[in-house]
Amino acid sequence: MNEIPLTHILFVSTALFFIGMYGLFTRRNMITMLMSVELILNSVNINFVAFNKYLYPDKLGGVFFTLFIIAIAAAEAAVAIAIIINLYRNLSSIDVEDAGEMKF
Amino acid sequence: MSATAVLFYILSFFILATGLLAVTAKKIFRSAIWLLFSLTGIAGLYFWLQMEFIAAVQIVVYVGGIVVLIIFSIFLTQQAGKELPAPLRGRTFFSALAAIAGFCLTFNLICHYAFKPGSNQVIDAGVSRIGAQMLSTSEHGYVLPFEVVSILLLAAMIGCIVIAIKTKPVDR
Repeated sequence: MNEIPLTHILFVSTALFFIGMYGLFTRRNMITMLMSVELILNSVNINFVAFNKYLYPDKLGGVFFTLFIIAIAAAEAAVAIAIIINLYRNLSSIDVEDAGEMKF
Repeated sequence: MSATAVLFYILSFFILATGLLAVTAKKIFRSAIWLLFSLTGIAGLYFWLQMEFIAAVQIVVYVGGIVVLIIFSIFLTQQAGKELPAPLRGRTFFSALAAIAGFCLTFNLICHYAFKPGSNQVIDAGVSRIGAQMLSTSEHGYVLPFEVVSILLLAAMIGCIVIAIKTKPVDR
């Protein structure tokens, strides 16, 4: 357990964060962008749990932050998908380049 | 290298490889399935960290809820077998450059920061301790954020219904 240094876990979460960021930059489909956001939120959760486990084993702060982030991520995904479905009904496309009606 | 270390490296390779496939897959449905694998791998990582409750919540909410919601919305909005248009070459190049540069910068900072290791006691993240602290009204209790997040979930649920409700054609 303790033979893995904290830095290795942080390597995984940092790499996952930037993979999500790469997806957010390259994808132009709203559902795939939402998937990238989920990856980013998960990398943050890994960070919180690892810090809680390695640096503050007498407290549970990281665990609670993770639980609340998961709850908020669920609400965010549900609202985002409702917006995407409504947009698809009006524009017949879920590409972000096509959704420019409120731009100006 | 012991078995737990090997297990950690296998899990992290699995998470990163499936995460990378999830953001680069050509077909949107495959992308959702790779995301499912990546989230399951993260649940495995929580099990490896001996946080069983978080791992269970991760599986129930992400794998059982959000990914299923994403797959449903894929079926509702487009043909799942259709290939996504490839991103522009220049955009791919500069996004990869930005992501790699950001990763190098962040990981460099992490490597040079001296984390103070905590006390050597084993963390007790059992369900009973989490539940007692979650609903406690004493100084380190989390009952107020708990109630706020329940209001947020209710508001999000009503908001989703209002946004996604089908209006009659005459209303447009």
